Amino acid sequence: MVRYLAKRIFYLILTLFIVTTVTFFLMKIMPGTPLTNEAKLSPSERNMVLQQYGLNKPVWQQYISYIANAVHGNFGTSFQFSDQQVSYLISSRVGPSLLLGLQAIIVGVLAGIVVGSLGAIKKGTWVDTTTTIVSILGISIPSFVLSILLQYFVALKWGWLPIAGWSGFAYTILPTLALAAMPFAESARFVRTEMVDVLSADYIELARAKGLSKFGIIYHHALRNSLIPLVTIVGPLAVNIMTGSLVVENIFAIPGIGEQFVNSVVTNDYPTIMGLTIMYCFMLCVVLLITDIIYGLIDPRIRITGKRG
Amino acid sequence: MADKQQELPKDAFEPLSDGSHLDNEKIAAPSLTFLRDSWRRLKKNKAAMISLIILILLFVVAFGSALIPSMNNVSTNPNLNNLPPRIPGIDIPGFNGTLVQGGQRVNAYTGAAANHYFWFGSDYLGRDLLARTLYGTRISLIIAVVATFFDLTIGVAYGIISGWKGGKVDTVMQRIIEIMLSIPNLVVMILLLLILHPGIPAIIIAIAFTSWINMARLVRAQTLELKNQEFVLAARSLGESSVKIAFKHLLPNLTSVIIINTMFTIPSAIFFEAFLSFIGIGVPAPAASLGTLISNGQKSFQFLPYQMWVPAVVLSVLMIAFNILGDGLRDAFDPKSRE
Repeated sequence: MVRYLAKRIFYLILTLFIVTTVTFFLMKIMPGTPLTNEAKLSPSERNMVLQQYGLNKPVWQQYISYIANAVHGNFGTSFQFSDQQVSYLISSRVGPSLLLGLQAIIVGVLAGIVVGSLGAIKKGTWVDTTTTIVSILGISIPSFVLSILLQYFVALKWGWLPIAGWSGFAYTILPTLALAAMPFAESARFVRTEMVDVLSADYIELARAKGLSKFGIIYHHALRNSLIPLVTIVGPLAVNIMTGSLVVENIFAIPGIGEQFVNSVVTNDYPTIMGLTIMYCFMLCVVLLITDIIYGLIDPRIRITGKRG
Repeated sequence: MADKQQELPKDAFEPLSDGSHLDNEKIAAPSLTFLRDSWRRLKKNKAAMISLIILILLFVVAFGSALIPSMNNVSTNPNLNNLPPRIPGIDIPGFNGTLVQGGQRVNAYTGAAANHYFWFGSDYLGRDLLARTLYGTRISLIIAVVATFFDLTIGVAYGIISGWKGGKVDTVMQRIIEIMLSIPNLVVMILLLLILHPGIPAIIIAIAFTSWINMARLVRAQTLELKNQEFVLAARSLGESSVKIAFKHLLPNLTSVIIINTMFTIPSAIFFEAFLSFIGIGVPAPAASLGTLISNGQKSFQFLPYQMWVPAVVLSVLMIAFNILGDGLRDAFDPKSRE
């Protein structure tokens, strides 16, 4: 286990390093500099600005200092906000995004489990059909369309919840719902398929023959066994939520990293874009690592060995 | 007794001429190929067939309309701006050119607009929303075709090579995939779009970069399974070249995996394109993508809801149809999964 963990963490660091390197050089070949619009600067002023940001050094020196700083958690200064450290920008904004992401994945997966198992138990009835339709809709309707509709109907027209902003639990409900749609639909489909499989297994037949109650069979035998593989789709679900958060946070004006990322892209704020890319990569790697470990812990059939599986 | 036997007439016997008796246990129905059998199962799936028909219709309408000059009209006309949908001969609120203003329905088609019919309404610059939506649909469908193409070329080739070669090649190729998987696809696309000049080619390159990964993984897993089977061993011992084995023996057995996965790549590619255009770094103005239209419509959703409903519904229908068809194909190709 320790060896496995060490190996995984080594790969995590390697991945982060490669991603940092690639994004660094991508940013270097990007057209335009932060000074494109500053045509009025005299050459000496221009040099002063370049020197201040260390942009007059050769690229490889910039690269080394960037990596050295990045290891210390320093991603440079934002171009967009003067004198604002990227690391500060990220750390002050990561809270709302994490909160929304966690809420969305918990709400989505729990609802998905309930709806998915209902569909499997009542297979072939109208319940199953409804479940299937709802999950197809959840997968198909883009998050930004869903956000706009939720915002318009629930907040603006019916006035049940605040339209946008970030000051309290009520403000998190709509964005959470918008983000949870995809995890909900995916896990409902997944649980349904798994459960249909499990329900035809011999040990369910045995439990029934023993005379266990229907609820007991479903809860103790069917549900538990169908949920184990669910852990494997948590990684992809996290990606979904990260993707969704880019635009959902924008629509609901939430001060999170998704909103910041889109703004930085629009304003060509390269240091912030780089910092956030590395941040996204890090979060995703951690989620994948955790889910792999959990999967190994809850399913004794999967032995974690030194090999990656 | 012997005499009586001789009396039997000659025509009491019939010669068995053609040897058809040899296979009187032959099964009458023609044997179905794998694809035909799947097609037969797919035809039974009503939802999937409806989706298929909707998609074919969308394809025909979106690309067919490119040939009609009035449907290419993206010229602005400030006199005709923000007109609600009006379809000749239909008198349903929402499609008869009326608009809710200050709590009551009023006819918006007055003055210069009286003789115009915008089936889906017009936008804030007086452009025909129907033409714009069709244009956006075309872009989405082009993206779908492109994503399929890269899935089928890069994805399949990468997967087969990685699985077939094994060893160090496989390890390196899998590490590359793992690194690409550890950054959200959308972030990769956004980074690429920043470097390239915005436009459809840039989006296509961005999609090409990311869309094939899933396909490569699935194809590799399947190839690993196939390559140890007897028919591949037989082909190898008969001295077939690797390329020929890949095309003649591996690919046909990978068909179902490939087709099913393509059907799930398409909606995600369409989603990414719409998403990028929605946040303003996709298709540049004046060209319209469904994402751009939704983003424009969102701004005036409260007062002119049709401007968002039209592109949003088209985009959602497109996604739903591809997803249902994908589900249907999976069930058709892999009947075990449904039982």
